[in-house]
Amino acid sequence: MLAESLFFSAVLFTIGVVGVLTRRNAIIIFMCVELMLNAVNLTFVAFAQVYGAAGQVFVFFVMTVAAAEAAVGLAIIIALFRHRQTVNLSNINLLKG
Amino acid sequence: MGHNELPLFYVFHFYFFGIVAIVSAVAFVTRKSPVAAALWLVTTMFSLAALYVLLDAHFIGAMQVLVYAGAIMVVFLFVIMLLNLGHASELADGRGMWWKLAAGAVGLALLAQVFALTRARLPEALMLPENALADQVARTGAIAPLAGPLFHEYLLAFEVTSVLLLAAVVGAVVLGKRKEREHAR
Repeated sequence: MLAESLFFSAVLFTIGVVGVLTRRNAIIIFMCVELMLNAVNLTFVAFAQVYGAAGQVFVFFVMTVAAAEAAVGLAIIIALFRHRQTVNLSNINLLKG
Repeated sequence: MGHNELPLFYVFHFYFFGIVAIVSAVAFVTRKSPVAAALWLVTTMFSLAALYVLLDAHFIGAMQVLVYAGAIMVVFLFVIMLLNLGHASELADGRGMWWKLAAGAVGLALLAQVFALTRARLPEALMLPENALADQVARTGAIAPLAGPLFHEYLLAFEVTSVLLLAAVVGAVVLGKRKEREHAR
């Protein structure tokens, strides 16, 4: 089922990218990044079935990085909300020239 | 991997969970409400866990449910609740029509590129014999095939992961701490 897994993974990754480009809510953009990580994990697991279980070890590491990223990222979003009272990225444009 | 020897039961569930994952991912990016989006993403993650189990990665499937659906998404929902992101100004989300069309074009181009990648020839010399992983799981259990490489070849990376988690905990505490100035308000 390698080809099917790669198909599902490619579609999910693209949905994540389009979500990042079209949405303006910081939390939803953050969840789209998680969706992209999940799509790549599916590729890792599919290849692990064909090339050996070492690929699953990388899924383990990706999950750890995602958990760390969620903790720090959501703390940043809360700090941002305290400052600006919004998580809409259209209103957070301090660095825009 | 030929398809003929796979039971219909297996193939049906593989496609079923794959399609559920994609449909709920589409619902996730199109929902206006952050809570609805998060719950659709949980559905995607459960379907992916089912796909992992079908691909002989039982332990990863369990981790997907526990860590992703159970821990990370609960933190997301908790933050959405904490910030009370339900009111109208936050729901006026999304960009203009031109931006959405451009994003769709970028998405189609990316999809074409990734499909071209999946057509690439795979190195057959490195491939295991058919059903090697399933046989190993049947022989030694679901955790041993993963634990072997994790605690031998990738032991250093595994230990460095603990430093990463420590840094994340310290960072989250520092960012989440209120400043003294804010207390005075």
